[in-house]
Amino acid sequence: MNKHNSHSYHGIPGWIYAVASIGGLLVILPLAAMVAKVNWAQFIPLVTSESARTALGLSLRTATASTLLCIVLGVPLALVLARGAFRGQRLLRALVLLPLVLPPVVGGIALLYTFGRQGLLGKSLELAGIQIAFSTTAVVLAQTFVALPFLVVSLEGALRSAGHRYEAVAATLGARPTTVLRRVTLPLVLPGLASGAVLSFARSLGEFGATLTFAGSLEGVTRTLPLEIYLQRETDADAAVALSLVLVAVAMAVVGLSYGRRRSRQGAAL
Amino acid sequence: MIPHLKRNLVALLVAGGLASALTGCGAPAGISSSAGSSSSTGSSSSTGTSSSTGSQLDGPITVFAAASLKAPFTHLAHEFEAKNPGTKVTLSFAGSSDLATQIIQGAPADVFASADTKNMSKLVDAKLLDGAPRNFASNVLEIAVPPGNPASISSFADLAKPGVKVVVCAPQVPCGSAAAAVEKSTGTTLKPVSEESSVTDVLGKVISGEADGGLVYVTDVEANGGKVQGIPFPEASKAVNTYPIAAVGNSKNKALAAAFIALVTGETGQKVLSDAGFGAP
Amino acid sequence: MSFTFKAALSARKFDMSVSLADAETVAVLGPNGAGKSTLLGMIAGLLRPDSGTAVLGERRLFDLDGGTHPWRPPHLRGTALLAQDSLLFPHLDALDNVAFGPRSTGASRKAAREAARHWLAEVDASAFADRKPSQLSGGQAQRVAVARALAAEPELLLLDEPMAALDIHAAPMLRRVLKRVLRGRKAIIVTHDVLDAYMLADRVIVVENGRIVEEGPTRRILERPRSPFAAGLAGLNLVSGTITGEGITTPDGQVFAGQHDPAWLPQPGQAGVAAFPPSSISVFLGDVHGSPRNSFAVTITELEPHGDQIRVRADTGQHTLSADITPAASADLGLVPGMEVRFVVKAALVSVYPA
Repeated sequence: MNKHNSHSYHGIPGWIYAVASIGGLLVILPLAAMVAKVNWAQFIPLVTSESARTALGLSLRTATASTLLCIVLGVPLALVLARGAFRGQRLLRALVLLPLVLPPVVGGIALLYTFGRQGLLGKSLELAGIQIAFSTTAVVLAQTFVALPFLVVSLEGALRSAGHRYEAVAATLGARPTTVLRRVTLPLVLPGLASGAVLSFARSLGEFGATLTFAGSLEGVTRTLPLEIYLQRETDADAAVALSLVLVAVAMAVVGLSYGRRRSRQGAAL
Repeated sequence: MIPHLKRNLVALLVAGGLASALTGCGAPAGISSSAGSSSSTGSSSSTGTSSSTGSQLDGPITVFAAASLKAPFTHLAHEFEAKNPGTKVTLSFAGSSDLATQIIQGAPADVFASADTKNMSKLVDAKLLDGAPRNFASNVLEIAVPPGNPASISSFADLAKPGVKVVVCAPQVPCGSAAAAVEKSTGTTLKPVSEESSVTDVLGKVISGEADGGLVYVTDVEANGGKVQGIPFPEASKAVNTYPIAAVGNSKNKALAAAFIALVTGETGQKVLSDAGFGAP
Repeated sequence: MSFTFKAALSARKFDMSVSLADAETVAVLGPNGAGKSTLLGMIAGLLRPDSGTAVLGERRLFDLDGGTHPWRPPHLRGTALLAQDSLLFPHLDALDNVAFGPRSTGASRKAAREAARHWLAEVDASAFADRKPSQLSGGQAQRVAVARALAAEPELLLLDEPMAALDIHAAPMLRRVLKRVLRGRKAIIVTHDVLDAYMLADRVIVVENGRIVEEGPTRRILERPRSPFAAGLAGLNLVSGTITGEGITTPDGQVFAGQHDPAWLPQPGQAGVAAFPPSSISVFLGDVHGSPRNSFAVTITELEPHGDQIRVRADTGQHTLSADITPAASADLGLVPGMEVRFVVKAALVSVYPA
């Protein structure tokens, strides 16, 4: 693919490269600066300390749970948005996508007034014996809140570009809507679903503001890796930098996975 | 889509990078004159200097102050500008450790007022101060409960009762270490549902009614009058937080910085601080 | 009638009524946007008309004129749809694509695959059973798609221009396959190709602007077209007017003399058409001696190759007529667009019949 590209005319003005490299540096330089600050002698003990391992474990568990929740809730939502036709559809889309542009702390406050003890649903939940505040469930809810739009956007795009002609044919062949969904629609948009899930996972992993506001911060229960980094920063800068690097590595692995998938898919298409 | 994640990461990275720079600078400074040693100078010299504000003072200064000082310092800055026409006080409030980091990284501060001696000593170690810090106020913990006190908390020991949801600061931050000190001296072990990274986060959980009680400073309860109820407890005296103030070495307006410090440590300042709930240094 | 359909959809200016006998294949012809695909969509249940009723065998497909408005969803209609693109599910191999219908209607995996093998063999595609759609050529994929549609055992097969996307080599083979499998089946085939109508259909429906303009046995429609579209498909010149003793007279007074078709017993004064093939026209420069009856001054608008002939399109002022002459004749006459010539039509080759 690259070989092909280097032979064909690309039409990019030279100065674009200059501006593009400034843009690239803006992202890469801070990462490099952080790597340069890592106390390598202490790196292993710092990132394997009990609190760090606990936080990383909690982050991975909660991000996995929220990704699953995003899939369970996001797939129907994306289907309804992409295929449904009803009054208020555009409004619904706008609202569902809101967390993308909302400061996470605002999301945290909103969740607090919904699922908190005094919240809209919290009161009833409390009566039913379910307490969400300060629990790992709260972390998962906060992460799902911020990550759901990533899955919905990604999947809705895939659904729209796949069109609904395959589904129409499947229906005329005698397949019930549920069968069409299971055997045609979902397999067709699987790549979109996968990259949406990866993005949701990455977003969940990085979630900070809503968690801090809504779930609190307690080791092993609600203190995910970003919260641990934020706290370590107060006293132990070395630990904060080391843990940041761990988070960067995990995020890069996740994003790389998604990018690699996309490239190999394009390759197959060619 | 990824930028969202990336932005968070970068924010963390930048913060982390700054924080790490701090230790790099701090290490070579050999003299570790702890802020504790300078604490005795605080109040004794303060009364005399408050009247020395001459009419020739003018120009701008920037004061970096701990977030808990927001109300009294805003008040004092107005007073200072009124008393000294031609002056302009710019205030910057944040967590003491953030402010200390910023000053070490070269932020243009003329005066630094910290909520604890630990962060002030970072600047002492880095030799960034002009003269020794002076303690100008103190603060003690108080139990904050939501209006109506739903869990009927009346003492520190009540916080340890089963079923009571308590939120405290994490031990890594000043309000948390104070809470830990109280726990230690009283032999009471709290089982908090959350250890927050700032007083604001503790207050947020109490105000919203999520928590039955939280440990914050007296001044935080004062500042949030009405939204939370304060319950003083005698054991708080085991962990008194001292607030030092100092002029920053590369200040461009040393006279103005000195005058502002004099105002804070002088009678007027002490009155305003005391009204806001602060104790004597 | 084992299939009756009547529906209107005002948003698409659609209003048609179609019926099929058992084992009948009907070709739907018409220009783009005439409503052909709309018709199939409504029958398949993919598009809802404003009003109308449709019954397929025992099944009431919809009845929007009554009170309860029953509407049978696509998967319960028994009307498999085959489109221009094969639309094979890209994640399934050919065999599982064909097995999709039986599987969806409750057959076991084994039974469904058995049926799939049978239908793949029917369309001469057994060799591709294990291939993914991306590994099939257009013609192969379309044959698999035919097998897939048939495996669903539809009561009515809907074919929407199944040959349109195929190259000229692949189309004949699919046409042969379709001819074989459509025998004894109810099917509606939308097509642009007159050959499909001849080979596959018992009856032709010509639609224009959402309405049926002409319908009848394929042979009759293509030999005696009444609509310009059908005439174009059949490659005939068509002129409409009023039937007179000689032939027909167009509204502007031109007379086309011809043979009245005795089968239709045209009455003078009745609206009629005159149809004649391009080969029935001779082209002359200047005046024609001997005063043949059908002689018209025309202006050449276009010259284009047509098989081994040259097709001369010319304008009479009222009609556009096409004449086919040999390249040598064209060169001798020095024909170029814009030139004024005379078209002489042999009256013996002009068929006149009622419109």
